[in-house]
Amino acid sequence: MGLTLFEKLWRQHEISRLNDTKSLLYIDRIFLHERTGSFALTSLERNRRSVRRREHTFCTMDHIVDTFPGRGDDTLMPSGREFIIATRSAANFAGIKLFDIQDPSQGIVHVISPELGIALPGATLICPDSHTCTLGGIGALAWGVGSTEAEHALATSTLRVDKPATMRVNFVGKKPIGVTAKDIALYAIRTLSSSGGSGFAIEFAGEAIRNLTVEERLTLCNMATELSAFTALIAPDEQVFSYFDDKLYAPQKAHRLLALEHWMSLTSDSDAHFDREEHIDISGLKPQISWGISPEHCIDFDALIPNPRNAPDPYVAAAWQRALDYMELKPGGKLSDYEIDAAFLGSCTNSRLSDLKLAADYLDLTGATVSDKVKALCVPGSGSVKRAAEDLGLHKIFLRAGFEWREPGCSMCFFAGGETLGDRVRVASTTNRNFEGRQGPGVKTHLASPLSVVASACAGRLVAAEQRL
Amino acid sequence: MTPIKKHTGIAIPLVRDNIDTDTIIPSREMRSVSKAGLSEGLFAPWRYQDPDLRSPNLDFPMNQPAYSGATIFLGGRNFGCGSSREQAVWALQEWGCKAVIAHSFGTIFRNNATRNGLLTIALDSATIDMLSNWVTSDPQANRLDIDLIQCQINIANKMVRFEIAADTRTMLLEGLDEIGLTEKLLDEVDAFEKRDRRNRPWIYLS
Repeated sequence: MGLTLFEKLWRQHEISRLNDTKSLLYIDRIFLHERTGSFALTSLERNRRSVRRREHTFCTMDHIVDTFPGRGDDTLMPSGREFIIATRSAANFAGIKLFDIQDPSQGIVHVISPELGIALPGATLICPDSHTCTLGGIGALAWGVGSTEAEHALATSTLRVDKPATMRVNFVGKKPIGVTAKDIALYAIRTLSSSGGSGFAIEFAGEAIRNLTVEERLTLCNMATELSAFTALIAPDEQVFSYFDDKLYAPQKAHRLLALEHWMSLTSDSDAHFDREEHIDISGLKPQISWGISPEHCIDFDALIPNPRNAPDPYVAAAWQRALDYMELKPGGKLSDYEIDAAFLGSCTNSRLSDLKLAADYLDLTGATVSDKVKALCVPGSGSVKRAAEDLGLHKIFLRAGFEWREPGCSMCFFAGGETLGDRVRVASTTNRNFEGRQGPGVKTHLASPLSVVASACAGRLVAAEQRL
Repeated sequence: MTPIKKHTGIAIPLVRDNIDTDTIIPSREMRSVSKAGLSEGLFAPWRYQDPDLRSPNLDFPMNQPAYSGATIFLGGRNFGCGSSREQAVWALQEWGCKAVIAHSFGTIFRNNATRNGLLTIALDSATIDMLSNWVTSDPQANRLDIDLIQCQINIANKMVRFEIAADTRTMLLEGLDEIGLTEKLLDEVDAFEKRDRRNRPWIYLS
């Protein structure tokens, strides 16, 4: 019997079997950020341990750092400065590469790790951050851990991992025009539920997946954690291989040929067995938007807001009612009837050049400007994305339309006590979590694609691009 | 890590699905690079009417005398989903929580819990509902008696069995430090690297 891609990667990194379910896996790359990495590094130092492979360990400032032009170590978030300084000092003490605030490569960890060739096809990568699964988009075996596990990986270059089951999610049909990878991700979570991936390493497959660009694959895999999956991955192909042609830390020269040979073997064999197979038809997919407080609470833009009376069971009915109450929505109505106060374009889900270009093209094509009532932010995912966008003149389009143009970082993906979109406001957001209070006390987050968010910003209410045109 | 073998305590039922780590400890409550000082922020969005003023929401069980001294939470599906922040576990523990019983858990949360000696027990929805009803009828008297050695929860006239991975159970019972255990295997790691360097020289940056 053949092997799944996941099984191949597992075996390649398995140092030893610790028991029936758990193996000691080799960790090729570790990435840290100032929010959780600071704990791992300072705890390591306190326990008089050192980083075993400094050259495979990287750190960035993304979660807490402000995104205002001219920013420094001071943050609007109270005590943010303490996190930044502690991280810098611990990173320097440990002797690892830090992409500090003024570094031209600084940015959101999951945006810069492929951009710099730190995440690679077939490599294991961990980060104390749940969205590390993003890197499955380039065929890395990457997953999020806590700070204690990160400390374990720093000290030993390994992790003790319970082997997850395997699931293949086959996307059937072609992605319709106007539908983005974000819509596919939201629809997959809506279909499989926010715990549907629990205990599984997921492989996304099918013609529609092969046709996704590298950046679209990163967006799709980013949201695997919203399925509660261990991680997700997509078999790397020519497109991915050429993506790594010119990346700083990616293999060069003779090593590149050896790497290519290895990367080409990274597919699931045709007779591989998956513990579970799912098929999701996306041929008729429409833009998706979240209405509730879990990413599984998604509907088509033109659909009616769900009524708990129609819920499949009493638990779901109770969850829907809580969601409606929190979101201040009436069942049976349409989301397009609701005005928004803010729009956020950014995060590890949707802050790459193609996301910004899609949104800017919409603004350019329609000549639309942001509604007077809406505060709109565009936060590029990295210094490199920002420069590339500025080379294309996208920043001028955003600024002219009424968006703020910021420095790279996680920004308003969550509210850390500093910058705020306002209390209890309604937000159209390209982020990944619509949890209660995630973007601030009482803030009502609606997740959608960059295209839908920019259209909503201009309409001043929740609409898909096609509804506004 | 403090070992945990048996624990008897008052339980707070929060039987709803997808209680995420942002709710357990919001980002804005993680105010210093320290594991200490987090318990005040535990469940801040639900526990306080106004989190800034710390004015208690009296409808929330953590603020009710009936649940005073509680050490166990009962949850629904996917407890601890979302962000990987280990602060969720540290906040629960600092507040006094020794165990969480839920239908299922976010994977990273559960790993974090085990590595800090916080017991997590998965049970089916019907059993959770039964425990929740029993606890609610008299929280101070109806305490849950958890026995990790026997893998069972004892209540007045019933016994509920639970399953837990063997190595997780051992780690909790013995309070093991995983890093220390793995450090004993570093010779194997060295040998792996030597072999792997021949197969994947491109992965090694020095």
